[in-house]
Amino acid sequence: MRPRLMPYLQAAPLSLVFALFFLVPLALTLVVSFWDYNEYEIIPAFTWMNYREIFEGCVADLPELCLTFKTYLSTLKFCFLVWLFTLLIGFTVAYFLAFHVRTLTVQILLFLLCTIPFWTSNVIRMISWVPLLGRNGLVNDALMDAGLVDEPLEWLLFSDFSVILAFVHLYTLFMIVPIFNSMMRIDRSLLEAALDAGASGWQTLTNVVIPLSKPGIAIGSIFVITIVMGDFITIGVMGGQQIASIGKIIQVEMSYLQFPAAAANAVILLAVVLLIITALTRIVDIRKEL
Amino acid sequence: MQSDRRPASFYWLAAFFILFVAFLYGPMLTILILSFQGPDGGLTFPMNGVSLHWFTTLMEGVGVVDIWSAFGRSLRLGIVVMLITVVFSVAAGLAYRRGFLGAAPLFYIVVASLIVPSIVVSLGIGLGFRLLDEQIMALGYAWESEAILRDFTTSMGLYTSGLGAHLTWTLPFGLLIMFAVFNRFDHAFEEAGRDLGASPWQVVRHVILPIIGPSLIGVALFGFTLSFDELARSSQAMGSYNTLPLELQGLTTTVTTPEIYALGTLTTGVSLLVIFTSLGVVMGLQRRRRRLGSDAGKGV
Repeated sequence: MRPRLMPYLQAAPLSLVFALFFLVPLALTLVVSFWDYNEYEIIPAFTWMNYREIFEGCVADLPELCLTFKTYLSTLKFCFLVWLFTLLIGFTVAYFLAFHVRTLTVQILLFLLCTIPFWTSNVIRMISWVPLLGRNGLVNDALMDAGLVDEPLEWLLFSDFSVILAFVHLYTLFMIVPIFNSMMRIDRSLLEAALDAGASGWQTLTNVVIPLSKPGIAIGSIFVITIVMGDFITIGVMGGQQIASIGKIIQVEMSYLQFPAAAANAVILLAVVLLIITALTRIVDIRKEL
Repeated sequence: MQSDRRPASFYWLAAFFILFVAFLYGPMLTILILSFQGPDGGLTFPMNGVSLHWFTTLMEGVGVVDIWSAFGRSLRLGIVVMLITVVFSVAAGLAYRRGFLGAAPLFYIVVASLIVPSIVVSLGIGLGFRLLDEQIMALGYAWESEAILRDFTTSMGLYTSGLGAHLTWTLPFGLLIMFAVFNRFDHAFEEAGRDLGASPWQVVRHVILPIIGPSLIGVALFGFTLSFDELARSSQAMGSYNTLPLELQGLTTTVTTPEIYALGTLTTGVSLLVIFTSLGVVMGLQRRRRRLGSDAGKGV
C-alpha cells in the first residue's frame, strides 16, 4: 500500500543521516575505546588498557586526586557555576518576557533580540571580551581611573572568571527559550486564582510559576550542562589554553592520533553526561512537555 | 483584566532585561568599533584614529591562512546544510504527522544528538571515516587497484564527514521546529484539499507548504547560521580543509592586530544579513497572507 509506505520514505533521509553520522560513529567510538594502538596505527585487539590508563592511580592515591578526577572536578565546578548563573538570569529574563510584556508583538521582538546573538559566531563573541577584560581593557581602565585598584586586575581575562563569563554570555539563551516556552503555557487564570486567594507576588512565583516552569528549567539545564561538560573551545579560548577540560584532553589525544585513548575518554564523558541527565529527568518528566 | 498600572516589579525586571541585552550586545559592539581602529591602533581602546585599514589588510589575507577560501567553504557548506536541513526536516515532519513504526526511537535519537557532547560526535565521525579509509586502502591492496593506491588519500572532507557532522547539529533544530508547526496545524485544511480532489503531492504543494512557509524560513535560518558558525562538531570531522570558524579559532592565539576584529565584524555582518533577510521574508509572507487571506468569519 502506498499510503502506508509514504511516512517511511519521508522519514528515511533523516533516519539515514542519524544512523550514518550519529549512531555508527558512537558505536565505533565504543568499540575502538577497547582497541590497542601504537604510534603508527590502531590495532583491533581487545584491551582494557585505555580505561586503565585514564584511571591510573586514581583510587590508590586517594585522597590525592589524579589528573582525570581533577579535570572532572574542575569541569563540574564550571558546570555548576554556569548552570546557576544561566538559570538565575534565564529565569528572570523569561519571567519578564512571559508575564510582564503585554503584547505578543513586543514579546516576539524582545525574544528575537535575545536570540539574534545565538545565530552569530561563538568564537567572535568570545574574543569580543578581550578589549573589555584585557590588561589594558576598558574594565581595568575604568577601575584604575576610579582609583579602585592600583594596578590592572590579572584575573579578568584567561581565567576561571572569564571562562564562566563567556559561558553565561553564550548559553543563557538555552535557558531562556525552554523556560519561556513553559511559562507561556501556564494558564493565566491560575495566577489570578493565586492572587484572589491572597497570595503575594512572591508566593505566586514560588508556588505557581516555578513548579509549572520546572520542565523548561530541566530542559535548559540539560542543554547548559551537556555543553559545558563537553566543552573545549570556550575553556580553551577564554582560559588562554591553560585550563584543563575533558573535551580538551580528547582533542589533544586526537591530534596525537591516539584514537583509542580519545575514544575511551569520550565514552566516560558520555557516561557522566548521561548520568547527570538521568538524574535530572528523575526530577522532572520531560516527555510530557515535548 | 489586570489594571493598567504597572507593578514595581515590572520596572526592576525591565531594568534587569535591559542590562541583560547590554551584556549580550555590549562586547560585540566593542569589537565592531575597534575593527575601525586606525593603522597604528592596537587590540584595545583608545581608538587611534578611524580607518578601514584592517579591512584592507584582511582583504590581502591573514598571514599564512587563506581566510577567503575558508570563508567561501563555510558559505557553500552553510547553503548545502541549509537546503538539506529544510528538505529532510519537512519530510520527516510529514512522516511524524502520519505516524510510523519507530517514530518514538527516532525522535529520541534526534534529541540525543543535541545532547551528546559535540566533541564526542566529532570524534566518532572522524574515527569512522579513518576506519573507512583503512578499508578502502585494504581494498586497493586486495584488488591491486592502481587508482586507489596512487590517488586515494582520505574519504574525509567538507561534503562527506563535515556535512554529516553539521547535519547532526542542524536537523534536530529543524525537526523540533517542524513539530511545533505541525502541532498547531489543523488537519481540516488537508482534508478540504483532498475532498476537492487534490493528489497527495498537490496537498503538500498547495496546502501544507504555503501554510508552513514562514516556519520553513526559520528552519533555513537555523540550518545556515548554525552551520556557518559551527565549531565543536567540525573540529575532528573536516579533513584537510578548515571552515572559517576553525581558522578563526586558530587565529585567536596568533593574531595580535585588530585584523581579527575586522574579520569578526565581517562574519557577524554575514550572519546578521542572513538573519534580517530571513526575518524580512517571514514578515513579508505574513503580510501577504493577511492581505490575500480569507475573509471568512469577518462578517459583511
